[in-house]
Amino acid sequence: MQIAKLVDTFFDVQVMLQYLPKIVEGFFLTIQLALAVVFAGIACGLALALLRVARVKAVNFFIVLFADVLRALPPLVLIFIFYFALPPAGIRMSGFVATWLALALGLAAFAEEIFWAALLAVPKGQWEAARSTGLDFVKALRYVVLPQAVRITVPPLTNRTIAVTKGTALGAAVAVGEILYQAQSAYTFSYNPSTLTLGAIAYLVLFVPVVWFGRWVETRFAWKR
Amino acid sequence: MNDRPPILDVAELRKSFGHLEVLKGVDLQVRPRELVFIIGPSGSGKSTLLRCCNRLEEPTSGSIRVEGMDIMAPGVDINLVRRRIGMVFQSFNLYPHLNVLGNVTLALRKALNKPRAEAEEAGMQALARVGLANKAKAYPNELSGGQQQRVAIARALALEPTIMLFDEPTSALDPELVGSVLAVMREMRESGMTMVVVSHEMRFARSAADRVVFMDQGMILEQGQPEKLFNAPDHARLKQFISSIERH
Amino acid sequence: MDVILQNFLNLKILGEAAPYLWSGFKMTLLLCMVVVPLGVAGGLAVALASTLKSKWLRWPVVAYVDFFRAFPPLVLLIFIAFGLPFLGLDLPAFAAVALAFLLNTSSYYGEIFRAGIESIPRQQFEAARSTGLNAAQTLAWVIVPQATRNVIPDLISNTLEVAKLTSIASVVALPELLYAARQGQALTYNATPIIAAGIIYVACLWPLVRLLSRFEHRQIALH
Repeated sequence: MQIAKLVDTFFDVQVMLQYLPKIVEGFFLTIQLALAVVFAGIACGLALALLRVARVKAVNFFIVLFADVLRALPPLVLIFIFYFALPPAGIRMSGFVATWLALALGLAAFAEEIFWAALLAVPKGQWEAARSTGLDFVKALRYVVLPQAVRITVPPLTNRTIAVTKGTALGAAVAVGEILYQAQSAYTFSYNPSTLTLGAIAYLVLFVPVVWFGRWVETRFAWKR
Repeated sequence: MNDRPPILDVAELRKSFGHLEVLKGVDLQVRPRELVFIIGPSGSGKSTLLRCCNRLEEPTSGSIRVEGMDIMAPGVDINLVRRRIGMVFQSFNLYPHLNVLGNVTLALRKALNKPRAEAEEAGMQALARVGLANKAKAYPNELSGGQQQRVAIARALALEPTIMLFDEPTSALDPELVGSVLAVMREMRESGMTMVVVSHEMRFARSAADRVVFMDQGMILEQGQPEKLFNAPDHARLKQFISSIERH
Repeated sequence: MDVILQNFLNLKILGEAAPYLWSGFKMTLLLCMVVVPLGVAGGLAVALASTLKSKWLRWPVVAYVDFFRAFPPLVLLIFIAFGLPFLGLDLPAFAAVALAFLLNTSSYYGEIFRAGIESIPRQQFEAARSTGLNAAQTLAWVIVPQATRNVIPDLISNTLEVAKLTSIASVVALPELLYAARQGQALTYNATPIIAAGIIYVACLWPLVRLLSRFEHRQIALH
């Protein structure tokens, strides 16, 4: 009796089928947003970490400042700043761009710290061996140090990337038509929580494999130092 | 032993780390085909001297000439110089992400821009010289310490250097693996390589070195043929050092 | 320059919004003080359960952890806030947030504690048992203290994330700092309250970020 009520409330198949196309639409938008965040964030983080290797004091100060502020700032606050606070200053962006930018900058900050820590973790002797054979600084970095550093970064970067991509749901707060937004507006129309269940299922379909992938990466890249 | 101009000519070399002066004016000449052995207590500046010779450490003052060229001169291409100077480290420093052949050919391909086939041929020759041609596809962590150090020697040899620097090449090895590395070094000496070796292998020094240099507190205290230095040292410090080593 | 100050750091507006921001800040603080201990306690329970030998007890724990790690916390929160009333469970916003955070953060803290416990060599367990401690005492007095020490950086890192995450409570109208800032911004049509909230978050969480960097970087000179 209780179970029947539960199923009726949260698993109303008719309602679910009705809103399935919307959720699927949101599903693909979530994937697009997540991929855009991952590529921009990791590329920007790597670039900053490499820039930091050059050890120019003034540049490094700003990199550290950037990384610190963006690691301390909740992503939703940043999204609101981009979406609500910038228009009065004449800068307008869509919810999609605001969410993408906020999440990508946040990921960049974490990725920069992860890459930087990994670059420091490569033993000094590797630099020396490479330089002693006549490879210049950039080539020693490119062919000897970076490949080893990247390997160290894989597990923490994977976990951080997964956490940040789940932040795509925050886009719902600024009307980005991703899964959660679609589920919420379907819920508003139907006043039936089965729409929320459908959204939840969509997230599980998307992220359970990603979490499992993260677990696999963690064991696969367990790196004896 | 010969009067050809020195390959390595170090003069008045000084190096300080902060307030600590590690090298206090060192003069050292190494002639072609010569094997110079540097001994001395830890902290005497032996390794720093060696590492200054290819500017892994930046000397504070003094001059270093390699094949007559001042490598401290402004505008000198240090990467070019370093290809002429092979270096072997105490801790091997093989690249763990590359296989043995990849380790040996990296600089050939990326610094000398040789095509892969040519680099690999040179690499295989160098590996054959250290007796490890059959390990070309292995990764460093699959090799013993002695094998790793021989790969490191091959990595330097493949660049056909005119002089090789060895920084305690056997100190990180288990005793039973030391012999294989020394055998390779002996073979290099016999084929005419110019070598500077920082090491505690006194028996090898006695049998293979042309000249032994004793360093203490950042200076060269005494140098000469091994029999003279080991059997009739002039300085009390050297006498003390030799007896402390030979007690082991 | 003036336009920027007018729009982003308007002192007059800041003065008007200050009482809201202050009460929002207190709510955020209260939220942190409730959800962090809840999450740590829940995580410890999850980790201990995952050390159980029985496959049938361990399996549901792994499923629990993966389930809630796969869920974006905001989705979980919305589901609880909007869905549970249909079951006749009309939770106040604060309780809904606390429940969502318990489910989400306990699985993260749980993974961290599990890694810590697995890092303790088996001999520690055997040594403790050989002195007559029972299994529970061994866990409580020998294993967990060492495990915790081994994962302190991860615990701090996760706590930082939890503190940042409390901002999503604004979406279900819990009047915490970000919600108050949004209210202030909507009322004045001026960005100053949101910028101020951002500055408050950074000022409060920055020490944690620095602390983490200290843990992560053992300084090694590059060449």
